[in-house]
Amino acid sequence: MSAIVEKRSEINPFQAPRNLHTLRRQVSNLLIVVLSLLATIFAAAVLLYLLLYVLRAGLPYINLDLFTQIPTPNGEPGGGLANSIQGSLIIVGLASLFGIPLGLFTGIYLSEFGRGAIAIGVRFLVEVLTGIPTIIFGLFAWIFIVEPQQTFSGLAGGVALGIIMIPIVARTSEEVLRLVPKELREASLALGATESRTILRVVIPAARNGIITGIVLAMARIAGETAPLLMTAFGNPFFNTDITQPMDALPLRIFNFAESPYQAQVNQAYAGSLVLIFLILLTSFAIRWATGGFKSGSR
Amino acid sequence: MQQSFSRARGRVRFFEGSSLRLSDTLFRGFTLLLVLFVVVIVAGVAWVLVSNALPTIRQFGWSFLTNRAFDPVHNVYGVAPAIFGTLVTSAFALLFAVPIGVGTAIYLVDFCPRPLQKPLAFLIELLAAVPSVIYGLFGFLVLAPWLQSTGQPWLQRYLGFLPLFQGQFHGLSLLTAGIILVIMILPLITSVSREVILTTPTAQREALLALGATRWEVIRHAVFPYARVGITGGTILALGRALGETMAVTMVVGNQASPISPHFFDTGYTLASVIANQFNEATPGLFFSAVIEAGLLVFFITLITNILARILIYRMGQGRVGGFVA
Repeated sequence: MSAIVEKRSEINPFQAPRNLHTLRRQVSNLLIVVLSLLATIFAAAVLLYLLLYVLRAGLPYINLDLFTQIPTPNGEPGGGLANSIQGSLIIVGLASLFGIPLGLFTGIYLSEFGRGAIAIGVRFLVEVLTGIPTIIFGLFAWIFIVEPQQTFSGLAGGVALGIIMIPIVARTSEEVLRLVPKELREASLALGATESRTILRVVIPAARNGIITGIVLAMARIAGETAPLLMTAFGNPFFNTDITQPMDALPLRIFNFAESPYQAQVNQAYAGSLVLIFLILLTSFAIRWATGGFKSGSR
Repeated sequence: MQQSFSRARGRVRFFEGSSLRLSDTLFRGFTLLLVLFVVVIVAGVAWVLVSNALPTIRQFGWSFLTNRAFDPVHNVYGVAPAIFGTLVTSAFALLFAVPIGVGTAIYLVDFCPRPLQKPLAFLIELLAAVPSVIYGLFGFLVLAPWLQSTGQPWLQRYLGFLPLFQGQFHGLSLLTAGIILVIMILPLITSVSREVILTTPTAQREALLALGATRWEVIRHAVFPYARVGITGGTILALGRALGETMAVTMVVGNQASPISPHFFDTGYTLASVIANQFNEATPGLFFSAVIEAGLLVFFITLITNILARILIYRMGQGRVGGFVA
């Protein structure tokens, strides 16, 4: 790549065009530079506008009550989203209990044992699973858990979100496990360790940071999921720690309050969005920083 | 890049007692069991959808796809308006997101000053990290009112001769959903295109530069032929995302079936928004089954687009593109 950068400086933009053909080529070149710059500015501006708008609309309503109080009845002032935040934490925790082992061991299988048609099939399945709309997993959890139990529940929400975690955790852990040098495995085997011991005591610790990154990424992703919770956790205006009962979640509360006719609730939706965005962006930055993504040089 | 366990194990097998193998067998068995569980879940999702959609499939057959009424009162169900809405909004999203996304990728790889390259790419990937309900909130509270009061009247004044921009101004409309989808799939297209463009062999770029080509000619004649398959794969991946997007679209599309017409200002439905909107009202029987069949359709459509996209991206010779986004 560096060779290209050097070459660029040799093309002098101020050199007089020799003829019309050259002029046309340089004009179309300039046109593409400008258009692609405009596209980039558009994409960056949309994000910045969105963030600043939510910040401006939500920041005045960030206060202690937001994190300690439950919502007031319609139209009454005050109240907060504490039950939603608590519910979100519980549901994400449940999803992690369910999704992390399945995802991690799928990653281990793909990187350490899997070969041949079955491994290709599983890998393909995992990739395709990433693209399935999340509401489908909500339907699945409804039929398997909500309907037999005859009640919406935080557990059903956790299972639905857990399925969403599986492919994310599986893909990232497979990738980082593959990066562990095979000399490390051979050294461990040569010292007499068994295969399972090598994987558990040598390979996984070597890839630990990458695996944690994948897990955090998956948690950040499901923390913002709403659609599958509509038909599983359902929402609950009160504190609830019983996972077999309906439970609130922050994105769910944002969805309900955003379309509310009461301005106080709309304001709280903005404040909730701000909390959610802040948490997710913080995680993204932390991951980027931890994986060395801000250093120049590497892609 | 396959790990060399089988070979390495073959070498050390001489020195291992047979009792040591037991823990390995257990570990392998446990791993395989969990993988099997994942496969069973995916199969279970498909099976659950098909078996619960069977009543409507039996009752209506193919007419479910062409019938315009989704009518619990008369117990007649069809999703033609939803299919129409899904296709129209996704097509709109691709129409705008592909040029903008590929353009951004080109800028990031070829024209952007080096120090800005990574922060800008990261910023655009952040667009993908914003939860879909927040796009919905923004679309519902900010974009839709603005479109109704300013955007749609403006479009009608200048482009009103097109049937697309005729009719009443509804803030919540197919147009609003389309615009939100453009923003949502943009980072996916940018990120896949950027990584594919980065894989173009430097020698090919340099060869064209040595022949005196401009930067744009390098992109057109060296980068595009090489990256075309991957960019197409990324586009199809983004299409799958747009077809299945639920929350943001449900919040801005209006959720009122209007007659199928080329009017972009009309409210509409998409398949995913039918599920999000109707599921909790659905009574057991045909109504419930109809909602599940809408889910089955979304499942199959996104499954097919994703398989297609992955095959194209695999053909690029590198399985993993899209990084954190895809």
